[in-house]
Amino acid sequence: MTTFLDALFSQPFMQHALIGGLLASVACGVAGSYVVVRRIGYIAGGIAHAVLGGMGLAYFLGRSPVAGAIVAALVAALIIGWVSIRWKNQEDTTISALWAVGMAVGVLLIARTPGYNVDLMSYLFGNILMIPRSHLNLIFWLDIGIVLLVVLFFKQLLAVSFDEEFAELRQISVNFFSLLLLCLVALTVVILIQVVGLILVIALLALPAAIAGQYVHSLSRMMLVATLLGALFTTGGLSLSYHYDLPSGATTVLLTGLAYLASSVGGSLWRWWQVRRITPS
Amino acid sequence: MSKTIISLQDVSFRYEEHLVLQDVSLTIHEQEFLGIVGPNGSGKSTLLKIILGLLTPQKGKVKVFGTSPAEARLRIGYVPQFATFDRNFPISVRETVLQGRLGKTRMIGGYRRSDRQIAQQALEEVELGELANRPLTALSGGQLQRVLIARALACQPEILILDEPTAHIDPKIEEGVFDLLKRLNERLTVLVVSHDIGFITRYITRVACLNRTLVCHATSEITGEMIEKLYGGPLRAVHHDTVLHSH
Repeated sequence: MTTFLDALFSQPFMQHALIGGLLASVACGVAGSYVVVRRIGYIAGGIAHAVLGGMGLAYFLGRSPVAGAIVAALVAALIIGWVSIRWKNQEDTTISALWAVGMAVGVLLIARTPGYNVDLMSYLFGNILMIPRSHLNLIFWLDIGIVLLVVLFFKQLLAVSFDEEFAELRQISVNFFSLLLLCLVALTVVILIQVVGLILVIALLALPAAIAGQYVHSLSRMMLVATLLGALFTTGGLSLSYHYDLPSGATTVLLTGLAYLASSVGGSLWRWWQVRRITPS
Repeated sequence: MSKTIISLQDVSFRYEEHLVLQDVSLTIHEQEFLGIVGPNGSGKSTLLKIILGLLTPQKGKVKVFGTSPAEARLRIGYVPQFATFDRNFPISVRETVLQGRLGKTRMIGGYRRSDRQIAQQALEEVELGELANRPLTALSGGQLQRVLIARALACQPEILILDEPTAHIDPKIEEGVFDLLKRLNERLTVLVVSHDIGFITRYITRVACLNRTLVCHATSEITGEMIEKLYGGPLRAVHHDTVLHSH
């Protein structure tokens, strides 16, 4: 453990990685809570994979892959959102199509880029140790934007997530807020891709919030607890991966998954024991 | 006759090939306690959605408070079927009831202090004032039903519309819910949709029986003959303490 702390104090790239993980936890906790309560994990997964298409295109055109990722994530979110509003029974198919086609486009364009030397693996599985300072700034501003929108429209987003029909009857624009929510998720996906890569994003988006949901019963508290858990898992993952020389993204996700498993099993045992204790045999 | 609140004229609605409502005409007056009853699939929910402006009929005229259903929405307090809710949603009783203030409170930021007062009053009216901080998951079926009624009351509506308010809750609690509605009817118009024909007749002032068309539109009582016509056969299953024919 001392080696991790030593590295943290002496190596700027370790500091960047730590800050990146902590910043990403904010979006992860906030948007992840919506993903869990609205049960849109599959949509988030579709957006994450479609992002590779945008990254590949930006790379092919000699532009910034992160900019490509943001555009692709928002476009994918709006397409899925629009299809689910207009043709609800096509939603599942659309997500599957975007998921795979986005990846295929990305792989092809990256392969065709002259002077090909991109590390595809770091897009897919993340490499937080290589995160540049400019990306930290970007994540910071995206965090600010996401939190600001959620604070301003918390009551509408809650109402739309809880009971769409009632929200519509209270003259809330359900379509607008559903799309806004998907855009927030899309931006969060882009942030988390920096940390764990696009294939593993979904674990960090859903699991901290799902664990939080086992203990707290309000959306705002769920966001707070999920953010703290996200910070714990990204930092823990980083430290373990450094200590044992393992890929950081996969280590973080594995840690998150184990925590979810432990919390679910532990919680069930706890409830079972409680019931046993108060029920006369 | 008192003021007309809702009027439907020759309303027909079809989902693709399937004709769900045919030439339904119905008026609801101020201070009424109207029950719309009918078997499953008789078009009850569709009729409600038309009144709420969530669906537009292909034929016929609908007026709510003299205007279009979509424009009249904020004057209606709607209580949906509670069995469809995600019971694990992380939300407190107070946050749920506050949703009734949407559309009347400010757009940006949190609810106002006055909204919180109205929500608390609504909770007290359904006798759940002390449960405001409880999570929704901790409530029984009957309590959840009351919370949804409180949410509708927080809209400060002129009419209360309830979709199957007593489905999936046990008969004792059901009676409590109807007693509450009876009390609310002293100041509000109430419209209840239910497939539970026996129990409802004790409380309502007027009943409309629906099975694609409006089969009967009684002002006082339901006879066995009507029920036979409505359900397409003699009804064997009667409610626990209600003999339909004796009403």
